[in-house]
Amino acid sequence: MSNTGVGSTEPPRSAGAGSAGAGAGKSAAAVTIEGVTKTFAKGGTIAVQDIDLELQPGEFVSLIGPSGCGKSTLLRVIGDLVQPTTGTVKVGGKSAHQARLDRDYGMVFQEAVLFDWRTITKNISLPLELAGWDRTRRNDRVKEMIDLVELSGFESHHPWELSGGMQMRVAIARALSFDPKLLLMDEPFGALDEMTRERLNLELLRIWEASGSTVVFVTHSITEAVFLSTRVVVMSPRPGRIAGTVEIDLPQPRTADTREEPRFFELATELRELLRGRAVEPIQAEEVQ
Amino acid sequence: MSTVVAAEPGRSLARGVGHSVRDWIPAVIVLVAILVGWQAAIEAFDIQRFLLPKPTAIASRFWEERETLWAAGWFTFQEALWGFAAGCSAAIAAALLLARFRPLGTALMPYFIAANAVPIIAFAPIAIAWFGIDKGSKIAIAGVLCFFPVLVNMLKGLTSVKPSSIELMHSYAAGNLEIFRRVRIPASLPYLFASLKVASVLAMIGAIVGEYFGGSFTSLGIQIKSAAALFNFETAWAAILVACILGISFYLAISLVEHFAMRWHPSARGAQS
Repeated sequence: MSNTGVGSTEPPRSAGAGSAGAGAGKSAAAVTIEGVTKTFAKGGTIAVQDIDLELQPGEFVSLIGPSGCGKSTLLRVIGDLVQPTTGTVKVGGKSAHQARLDRDYGMVFQEAVLFDWRTITKNISLPLELAGWDRTRRNDRVKEMIDLVELSGFESHHPWELSGGMQMRVAIARALSFDPKLLLMDEPFGALDEMTRERLNLELLRIWEASGSTVVFVTHSITEAVFLSTRVVVMSPRPGRIAGTVEIDLPQPRTADTREEPRFFELATELRELLRGRAVEPIQAEEVQ
Repeated sequence: MSTVVAAEPGRSLARGVGHSVRDWIPAVIVLVAILVGWQAAIEAFDIQRFLLPKPTAIASRFWEERETLWAAGWFTFQEALWGFAAGCSAAIAAALLLARFRPLGTALMPYFIAANAVPIIAFAPIAIAWFGIDKGSKIAIAGVLCFFPVLVNMLKGLTSVKPSSIELMHSYAAGNLEIFRRVRIPASLPYLFASLKVASVLAMIGAIVGEYFGGSFTSLGIQIKSAAALFNFETAWAAILVACILGISFYLAISLVEHFAMRWHPSARGAQS
């Protein structure tokens, strides 16, 4: 828990959201999203509209919003899995496409997406195989990752022999195995029970502190967003827009006690109000339909 | 108690395919009951031998003519095997091609599903005109019979990979070839083996029914047909017994390959514990 050397990689908490931080140096931004709109051809649904967002290296940013607010789409646009209709995404100064080809992304989905025909070791080493690492280097790295996510003893197990929480830890280990600059997580703990989720939240923070990578985390849990993030981006639905940004100024490192602090509840309330403020109108409109 | 001791030597072999000898006992009892009931029914109701010969009569005929029957069986089995090999490999190649070029697959898939429902065996007499009265026509029928189910299943396996698996591979900058090699092909194996087992049965059917329309005398189809025509029903039944043994062995051989190729599959869970 007492990971040191983290303070230096911590994001500048005082820096304002978006434009204020941009002045510090544009080339240093981990992610720069400018005027991104995504319209799906099918039915002409506008998934996200006019998104401007900048992430600094080492930040842990959560995207939160009700279902259908386009937060997963935005994550996929950053990861170059979905092409924006208009606007640009730059990752570490490169185009999102180039960043993907350079293997700058570690992705974690709501499901663990492990391959049954591969053992835990082999699942974690998959991206390393694709990146052309030799066997000894792969084995060393996988061992390191297994220790990091505390799955020693399960190396030669198959995914279906593991619990949901353990599977998710494998997925996280796999995403981090090749040391990607950017970790993109799409509701990774959404399918887990509350206790497993809280434990994995703590583990994720420990891993994030140790790796120093930038994280974009999609969730629809307010408390999870407050607990994990350095900054939370609240999105409103149909079309998905940024309703507001909340800096999470809770001290690092976060512990189980962080959830009990008054400031934690204040921030959660702030987020809840932001979510409600923008959500009232569209929800009523939907009910009439 | 003595049965348990007698069963011991077979134990390790049986455990290898995921069953203990104990699991087989009910099935063996059923088999014995059927044979005894069959024999008793014929004697009790005086059933004519052209309707149904006694199991003991079939067994003794099987023993008397074992050399002819096994020679015929081997001949037919070879036809089935070649047809199976040709039909299945063509189907696997076609499935890979159609999965790689999806518009082609989408355009042709309805026809393959339709062709899968066609009683291909109806073409048997025409196949003889096309490929000759010898092995060729039987191999062709067996091959075509195997082709469609394997193609349709393999293609389904290759294309029913979860979108998130593909997204994951894309996030690692994996190309199409890598996605095929590391995701689509392994994911299609359960579908492939299910269809290969069906194809093994179809190959035997294709070869034997093909022979009914004419062919070498040392083949099961001709043996069965001519024995029945000569009212030699015990021989016909003995030949059918050979066909059954070969067909089941073929099926089990593929199941065994499946078992070893897919040790990773959740269905192998029982075998590991």
